[in-house]
Amino acid sequence: MRFRVAEVDAALAEAAGGVLAKLTEPADAVWRGLAGAGVLGALVPGEAGLDENCLPPLMETLGHAGVAVPAAETIAVGAPLLAELPVLGGVLDGSVLLTVSLDTEAPVPFAADADLFVVGAGDRLRLFRREELGITPLASVDASRKLARLSVPSRGGVVVGEGASVVETAWLRGVLATAGLLVGLGGRMVELTVAYVRQREQFGVPVGSFQAVKHALADVVVELRFARASVLAAGWAQAAGEADTGVRTSAAKVLASEAARSTARAAIQCHGAMGYTTEYELHRYAKRAWALAADWGGPAEHRALVARALGLP
Amino acid sequence: MDLTWSPEEEAFRRAAREWLAAHVPSPPLPSGDTRAGFAAHLAWERELFAARWSVVSWPEEYGGRGASLWEWLIFEEEYHRAGAPARVTQNGVFLLAPTLFRFGTAEQRARLLPRIAAAEDLWAQGWSEPEAGSDLAALRSRAVRADGGWRLTGHKTWTTRGAFCTHLFGLFRTGPQDARHRALTYFLVPLDAPGVTVRGFQRLDGDEGFAEVFLDDVFVPDADVLGEVGQGWTVAMATTGSERGLTLRSPGRFLHTAERLLELAREVGSGAHRDRVAQAWIDAQAYQWFTLEQVTAIAGGHEVGAEASLAKLFWSELDVRLHETAAELLGPEAELAGPWSKGFLFSLAGPIYAGTNEIQRNIVAERLLGLPRR
Ligand SMILES: Cc1cc2nc3c(=O)[nH]c(=O)nc-3n(C[C@H](O)[C@H](O)[C@H](O)COP(=O)(O)OP(=O)(O)OC[C@H]3O[C@@H](n4cnc5c(N)ncnc54)[C@H](O)[C@@H]3O)c2cc1C
Repeated sequence: MRFRVAEVDAALAEAAGGVLAKLTEPADAVWRGLAGAGVLGALVPGEAGLDENCLPPLMETLGHAGVAVPAAETIAVGAPLLAELPVLGGVLDGSVLLTVSLDTEAPVPFAADADLFVVGAGDRLRLFRREELGITPLASVDASRKLARLSVPSRGGVVVGEGASVVETAWLRGVLATAGLLVGLGGRMVELTVAYVRQREQFGVPVGSFQAVKHALADVVVELRFARASVLAAGWAQAAGEADTGVRTSAAKVLASEAARSTARAAIQCHGAMGYTTEYELHRYAKRAWALAADWGGPAEHRALVARALGLP
Repeated sequence: MDLTWSPEEEAFRRAAREWLAAHVPSPPLPSGDTRAGFAAHLAWERELFAARWSVVSWPEEYGGRGASLWEWLIFEEEYHRAGAPARVTQNGVFLLAPTLFRFGTAEQRARLLPRIAAAEDLWAQGWSEPEAGSDLAALRSRAVRADGGWRLTGHKTWTTRGAFCTHLFGLFRTGPQDARHRALTYFLVPLDAPGVTVRGFQRLDGDEGFAEVFLDDVFVPDADVLGEVGQGWTVAMATTGSERGLTLRSPGRFLHTAERLLELAREVGSGAHRDRVAQAWIDAQAYQWFTLEQVTAIAGGHEVGAEASLAKLFWSELDVRLHETAAELLGPEAELAGPWSKGFLFSLAGPIYAGTNEIQRNIVAERLLGLPRR
């Protein structure tokens, strides 16, 4: 028994962190930087040789940086499905942008810019090139997510996965990665807020010395730390192929979504009007948190999945 | 990450499970916070000791099994799963004993630990006073130097099961009042000593589980000072980590309550309660994962410190939510006396004792986040 991130998994997250410390903008340069560090192929068979244990720390690091890159879509879900295909090289070096949609009814992140699309329908995952699909860009709260609605032909594409368990694995990895991103976003919002309330003074003292502010932040730190532990446990369950992997993953997503939403709310509140502006960076993390909290199944959906697995009436 | 148990740990689990299955009293004992219930609980705890399950993580010389932290967690999980009685010796076992291991003299350890393990000496915690709750450093009970020891005078209150216990560990002032926490000393006091008066009173749930303890010039020899004179605060704070964090609040307790809640929901629930029940279960799982993370850190030599406050906030609020959810499921029946209503009333104490949750939030904000004090 050892509840601690293994060295190989920590090393991958550190490599990503190193790139992110140097490059913060623009998103495509960051993405190529991550590609250069070997981060994109983390789960591709025959590449880094890692399993789902690497996703929580890696995604936490990427979420913390808040860059608009298809991390869950490409690293956790899409790239590992392309192992046998010639397009894999372009995806892994960052020159070809890949996104994923397992729910073609919903707006698809990064679809407005992507070159390749893994689309799920029923028990089948198919790969399409941009020109094979209908793509309608959508305006959204987090503009950097480049949402679009897809219209997918009933035929065509290249089958990259087949069978209920393959689709389930893809889905669970996407959920896990998103939960990890949310924990990282939450952590960043807490850091920004702590820094702000320590220096912002009212009534002659830092507002961070007021108990109402302290308690609001303490509560979200509790939520985030417990969500984080659950995300790590879900990553291990996936890698180990535990029987209750689905429930653990859903539980982690519920906790991470709720924690990130609470944190966004508290962070904005503790910043006062400064939190209600796009002049300052907090809004980017908050908007990403709202988007990801609902992406890959929101809390209500995952709570219902847990309830079903537990046999609740 | 490696969340698998070793074959040795699995064997330990089986042994604990088998023993508990054969010995846990059925029907359940009456509340240990009543005089009759306390006696029944003591009989149980002595049985536990005789089979060397009362203090599994202690060295064998004191009656333990030298079990690892992991094995201790396993034991706790099995203990709660088996529906075994709450430990009425918990103050001695989980609060005083860790302090003795760390600060006690060899003589004190040899004299006191085996009697704690065997449920012979029954310890009450004497920290709070009528004017010193959250502001514990304001306490007024005094100790003055006497020949070969100290004379104690003062008034302690909210002492859990104080009326049934044999001994009290507590903080007393050995210097000026305005020196606050810098002039306190930790004393061990037999409750049958001349000058001690104990008065039991009722808790919210009606059990006589509280007591006030009046001390009037009570003599305590030097051998019963725990730690250095004037260092009582440091000694006591080492204990609060245990109280808030791990030792009292094993995840087994909440996992077991969550399982009982699932059973209740399957029996009487409707779709209306589904979300709350699922969430309560999710939170109990989260508590388990967080605990495993902390235990790994402790096993690796990390001092938990202020992080114990994160755990305290989470388990105490979780316990209230689990019981509120059960009350929702039970509807009008929730009012009836029974394990759920009893558990609900007790859950309300969690955010108060071991340092209120407001105090814990201050600790998280100031010590973990570095926000300024006021
Ligand atoms: C079931 C139970 C068992 C107990 N067992 C024992 C025992 O065995 N031995 C023992 O010594 N004590 C025991 N206690 C007492 C317990 O330690 C105290 O209740 C606790 O420390 C709080 O003190 P208080 O009750 O005086 O509350 P107060 O300190 O009077 O607080 C009242 C309210 O004010 C809030 N408050 C106080 N100060 C602050 C602050 N600085 N910032 C924000 N809010 C604040 C508190 O959070 C609380 O909500 C027990 C209590 C309970 C409920």
